Amino acid sequence: MLPEPTLNTYLALSAILFSIGTAGVFLRRNLITILLSVEVMLNAVNLTFVAVDRFLGTVDGQIIAFFVMTVAAAEAAVGLAIIIALFRHRESLSPDAFISLKW
Amino acid sequence: MDAVFFWMFAAVMVVASLLVVGQRNPMYSVLLLIVSFAALSGLYVLLNAPFMAVVQIIIYAGAIMVLFLFVVMLLNVRTEEDGAETHRPFDIGPGPRRFGAGLAVVLAVQLIWALRRIAEAPFVPAGPDAAAQTSVYAIGLRLFREYAFAFEATSVLILVAMVGAVILARRDPHLPTRKEQ
Amino acid sequence: MSAALIAQLVVIGFTFFMLLNSAAVLVLMERKVAAFIQQRLGPYRVGPWGAMQPLADIIKLMMKEELRPKSADTFLFYLAPILCATAAFAAFAVVPFGADTTFFGLLDEPVKLMATDVNVGLLVIFAITSMGVYGIVLAGWASNSKYSLLGGLRSSAQMISYELSYGLSLAAVIMLAGTLSLREVVDAQAGYWHLFGVLPIPKWYIFLQPLGFFIFMTAGVAETNRAPFDFPEAEQELVAGYHTEYSSMTFALFFMAEYINMVTVSAVSVNLFLGGWHGPFLPEYLGWMWFLLKVFALVFFYIWMRWTLPRYRYDHLMEFGWKWLLPAATLNLLVTAGVVIWMGW
Repeated sequence: MLPEPTLNTYLALSAILFSIGTAGVFLRRNLITILLSVEVMLNAVNLTFVAVDRFLGTVDGQIIAFFVMTVAAAEAAVGLAIIIALFRHRESLSPDAFISLKW
Repeated sequence: MDAVFFWMFAAVMVVASLLVVGQRNPMYSVLLLIVSFAALSGLYVLLNAPFMAVVQIIIYAGAIMVLFLFVVMLLNVRTEEDGAETHRPFDIGPGPRRFGAGLAVVLAVQLIWALRRIAEAPFVPAGPDAAAQTSVYAIGLRLFREYAFAFEATSVLILVAMVGAVILARRDPHLPTRKEQ
Repeated sequence: MSAALIAQLVVIGFTFFMLLNSAAVLVLMERKVAAFIQQRLGPYRVGPWGAMQPLADIIKLMMKEELRPKSADTFLFYLAPILCATAAFAAFAVVPFGADTTFFGLLDEPVKLMATDVNVGLLVIFAITSMGVYGIVLAGWASNSKYSLLGGLRSSAQMISYELSYGLSLAAVIMLAGTLSLREVVDAQAGYWHLFGVLPIPKWYIFLQPLGFFIFMTAGVAETNRAPFDFPEAEQELVAGYHTEYSSMTFALFFMAEYINMVTVSAVSVNLFLGGWHGPFLPEYLGWMWFLLKVFALVFFYIWMRWTLPRYRYDHLMEFGWKWLLPAATLNLLVTAGVVIWMGW
């Protein structure tokens, strides 16, 4: 039988997901995938909030996670707009194409 | 029963997230991230948070990911370009990137090591206040009383993001595109 | 297995089976109604009154050759129609279609006439409907054809735009009923008001929310991609939009999903605004007849609209959605909230 999940299991899962997101930000060279990796990290944090919430029997964690989601929505909108604007100038999505401070 | 579901969702989430990062095709990355969100939504259900589960699908999978999909379709970049032919000064080579990924693994080990130092904390069985915790009513009350200011501030943030996104993505007639240069 | 569990499984299987059949029946109904509106006969060769026509269509579709564009993304190309159909079926899971019943005394405990009862049911429907857009967008992208891509892009823009008004009109009903469970929303609509002390008016939310009902239905038409808002597949401009490259059973899945979505939107609006299974004359345990009748009426309205109204222009559609429907829905929500607070419900 599989072990019953405890708070620690959830936190460990969240830590693994967060690290996967971090690795993605470092490894990928596509702006869209980098943004997606950031979303993975945000969701790992959300999982922590909701798991701790369940442990303490409150709803505050869920509310914070809710705020994280709204901020993520705003971040995605602005981030994608920047990506579109950059793509128009360089026809590329690689972050290496945008190393100059001025063009 | 819950344990089986937990390990299933956890496995799906980890594998899907790994593939999101490991994909070269951004389209598949976006879709795999949606799979991962669906599994996360299942975990929220297991954590007695059905509201979060549904909101996760509505906001993340239904709105944010559609936006990503839209941009991937609009730019129509099929695969990630290789760095070899676009070598520039100050180009970050594969070596430092691998070092960064190694740091991410170190981060994971550190976090899990830190977690091991806390005593095992099993969840208290769903008691009388479990219903209060899961109800949308309780979340609403707390959100619009204690967190009312934060909630209103979020609306301003979204408005700013909206205006910013429109201005950034608008085609500026004064700036030449690359082809014209 | 207990009797209650078997009964629940029977209800689930029955829901699935009826949804499958409803697609076939609606195809025939659409063709017959269209023929009536255009003063022709419609299908009449297969079976009496053309009643076997859907069966013939299904056999024809199954026999057809499966075509796939050479440059299409194979996996996503086949995933898209499956996603579309799955979302269409899944959305009905939380829609109740009758009062709790013991099947004429067959069971000791009454069983709920819905696949599953979730306490955030309305949000679940909203979530699953928003998933339906992926099938269409992926179909458009994976086909690797310009008509499909344009159809897919249009549909995603259209569905996102109308989802906002859709959600806001839902929110007004949620506020009136004070619950997120569809079953409880329907139960809140039981009984009558008495106008001038005599004239009985059923306590349906359509009388409290006429604007909400209009917004919900309009957004529903846009969500299901039906005429006059059928831009994703506007024939004159886009061949067949996102399913241009599909044939045989994959096309049939899209086709089926469209009709099932129509049934779901009609069923949800019957539950939200038209009192669900509550109605005069019939006893409680026959309430599902009222439900079927109301859904049928709304579906007929959909078909009627398709064959009567011309297609909008795309920019008009977007303008209507953002500049008229969304402000109207917001106003409706604010007024409802004000009245709810003022009346102290």
